[in-house]
Amino acid sequence: MCRASFDTVNGPLLNTLFESLITGTPAGYTLWTGRGSPVWSRRRLGFDVQWLQGSEASLLRNGDYRTMKALLFSWLRSGFLLCFLSFACNPPIFSQTNDIQQWIAILREVGPGAQGNVEASRAWQLLANSGAEALPTILAGLNDCSPLAANWLGTVVDAIAEKEVTRTGTLPVRSLEQFVLNTRHDSRARRRAFEWLTQVDQEAADRIIPQMLNDPGVEFRRDAVGRLLTEAEVLFRDDARRNESTALYRKALGGARHDDQIKTIAERLRELGQEVDLPRHFGFLMTWKLIAPFDNSNGKGFFVAYPPEKQIQPNASYEGKTGTIQWVDHNTDDDYGMVDLNQLFGKLKGVVGYASTEFTSEVQQEVQLRLGCKNAWKLWLNGKLLFERAEYHQGTRIDQYSLPALMLPGRNTVLVKLCQNEMDATWTAQWQFQLRVCDASGTAILSTTRAHLQAAVRSSQPADSVATGSK
Amino acid sequence: MRIQVRMALFFLCFACLPGSDWNRFRGPDGMGVAADEEVLLEWNEETNIAWKAELPGQGISGPIVIGDQVVVTSCSGYQQGRLHVICFNARTGKKRWERQFWATGRTMTHPRTTTAAATPSSDGRRIFAHFSTNDMVCLDLEGNLLWLRGFLLEYPNASGSLGLASSPIVVGQTLVTQIETDSQSVGLGLDVNTGQTRWAVDRPQKNNWTSPVVLRGGAEHPDLVVMQSADGLKAYQAMTGDEVWNFSEACKNIPSSAVSGNMIYVPCKGLTALRYEPGSDFPELLWQEERLGPSTPTPLSYADKVYSLNGSILNCADANTGHLDWRVRLKGNFTSSPVVAGGHLYCFNEEGVGQVIELGEKGRLVATNTLGEGIMCSPAIANGALYVRSFSHLWKIAQE
Repeated sequence: MCRASFDTVNGPLLNTLFESLITGTPAGYTLWTGRGSPVWSRRRLGFDVQWLQGSEASLLRNGDYRTMKALLFSWLRSGFLLCFLSFACNPPIFSQTNDIQQWIAILREVGPGAQGNVEASRAWQLLANSGAEALPTILAGLNDCSPLAANWLGTVVDAIAEKEVTRTGTLPVRSLEQFVLNTRHDSRARRRAFEWLTQVDQEAADRIIPQMLNDPGVEFRRDAVGRLLTEAEVLFRDDARRNESTALYRKALGGARHDDQIKTIAERLRELGQEVDLPRHFGFLMTWKLIAPFDNSNGKGFFVAYPPEKQIQPNASYEGKTGTIQWVDHNTDDDYGMVDLNQLFGKLKGVVGYASTEFTSEVQQEVQLRLGCKNAWKLWLNGKLLFERAEYHQGTRIDQYSLPALMLPGRNTVLVKLCQNEMDATWTAQWQFQLRVCDASGTAILSTTRAHLQAAVRSSQPADSVATGSK
Repeated sequence: MRIQVRMALFFLCFACLPGSDWNRFRGPDGMGVAADEEVLLEWNEETNIAWKAELPGQGISGPIVIGDQVVVTSCSGYQQGRLHVICFNARTGKKRWERQFWATGRTMTHPRTTTAAATPSSDGRRIFAHFSTNDMVCLDLEGNLLWLRGFLLEYPNASGSLGLASSPIVVGQTLVTQIETDSQSVGLGLDVNTGQTRWAVDRPQKNNWTSPVVLRGGAEHPDLVVMQSADGLKAYQAMTGDEVWNFSEACKNIPSSAVSGNMIYVPCKGLTALRYEPGSDFPELLWQEERLGPSTPTPLSYADKVYSLNGSILNCADANTGHLDWRVRLKGNFTSSPVVAGGHLYCFNEEGVGQVIELGEKGRLVATNTLGEGIMCSPAIANGALYVRSFSHLWKIAQE
């Protein structure tokens, strides 16, 4: 029966059969059926010549029509067999409604080290053949997924939307807009939906962005702040209405999470005679106890666990690189919370310093500790090493490193180890860091004893009143 | 009739065959040479520009050309956290597809570079793009995602605050990439089909922006991949990662080595020429010449000469002896590496001025062309066109 079908089948039908039934993979020949195109190929012959093995590839290249027919026939026959087996063994794959969820689940399971890549690649191509109506479902797949999975899902959204826009010039704008406005969804997914929405609906941004000033998604906030800044700038440049800009700048500051915008706003507000507490806005830790110098000759001190790493004892003295050393209180006044050890200990080289502070939290909460530092460093929270990095003098910026951490209820101890190397170039002089506590969107999380700590150091109270407890 | 049809099909097949691809940083085998291509000598923003396409964000990676497609990477967003792979129709300049990724690694770079600094590579069926965030993605020519890796999830300190820029290369069925920083380094050979690690080798813990090169083994010997660093030049078997030889003199960490046949020109003690016979245990040191040392651009060998750019000075030397033949002072500073086509050397300075030097007994500057935008990428040459990427545009320089 198969032979008769093959011999009588016409070209297009044969192609259609192959397109829907047979594909080859690098690991051999695998049958996949599904709605529309096959997994691995959408070429007219339904297979990729480069995946053919040895003599088969050679035969095809030589254009031996008879042999090619025989080969196709044998594939067709084995294809039907495999098709049957596939149905028998894995029937859910053919249920389209469930398929999308299954394919999304496969993409969500990818992990580091190429884990799940092969399966994900197949699922991605199946998903990519979904209609645009599947976009909200796929976008929702980004909720709570890993960064790698987000990229699998985000790119399949691009592929579907791109195809649909090319084909029809539009997208399901209502469902996309609903998705964008639903803040329970992942911020990246909402943003991707927004960007596709604005490609087909020119007015969408004007409709959506003004209400995004306090959105969980920082990119939405950025756009909303940008609009406010444009409005405020017009007022600021008008002498008669300059004071009216204050309220707009204040409003913009409330939503701003990106440093470049915050800096602009702070400058304007100060020009308007307003006070701006930038450290509080960012959540920088300003009050520290510092001890230095320990030895870091030849960079070896980075690997030495000096006493503060074992136990923080605020009143203890240690033998340092230059003699007996003790903890000293320090409260930085820098807008960006920079703690400058050179300022306290002199411009030393080949040294290690430690900085310790406490952070009081009312509840257990997930936070990010965000560090900026151009020296080698280690960072502990409650005695647990969060991260370490032996890189010296290659630049720094706010939020250079973001470290997820868990703040416990009550007092939490933060310890920073800061290593200075022995390079003597002027650009290697800095021995400093900045550290803030915030949530994933960059919104400051403040210690409940922040004001007390700062006041305590400013009034030079005894050291033990601001001491961090050792844990 | 049947014969006529077959003949027509035969010629049609040839007519449809694409010219040589420019499939990686510095083109086929990283030589920077498209000897058989004839490319225009003169152009400006309005003349001899076949098309100009706007790119999202910024980038300094070079374009690659695969058949009738031009692929380039870019980055955008606050702190360069959006990573783009974009494919254009080489004939029309129309965007065919674009895929966007969120960075899974750190995005900080030196202000002169970006997270889109490495030039992608291709094996003719797939595109491999590596970003400074240590995200490596593999797409087919239609933009279908085949696999991806986020190396920082596995090597958490393999990032540099100055950024990464080493471009990956494909050797057989292995994609080779070099990730080297002051805090963690690794050389990786990945299965091109799945992205799985075939091999991983420890590399010097020192910043390094050079790209690996390949030494062909011929029919009887395996291809070698050569990685350069401040600790020297090491050759590994491309398929296994087994170390084959180690030339332990300190090399530069920005300009890459250039290969021409069985010669390797290494930015080491100025410029060092090594000759490698497939199957031998160690390359032969031919010459070292301090005066030929390149600054940022990778040197180039063509027609028994070797060329290097140091600052604005273009050096030409005998490839077999290192004897300096001539020097020409060009205009500006160069990050872009030069390329050769049709007996001319094309050098783009950081201001985007393309300077064309006729090669011969003496180098002769025959054209100075401006595009009005800064250029730090190395150009691509394919099908009689020069493709160059400025900070925010992709240009095809060819007759309109």
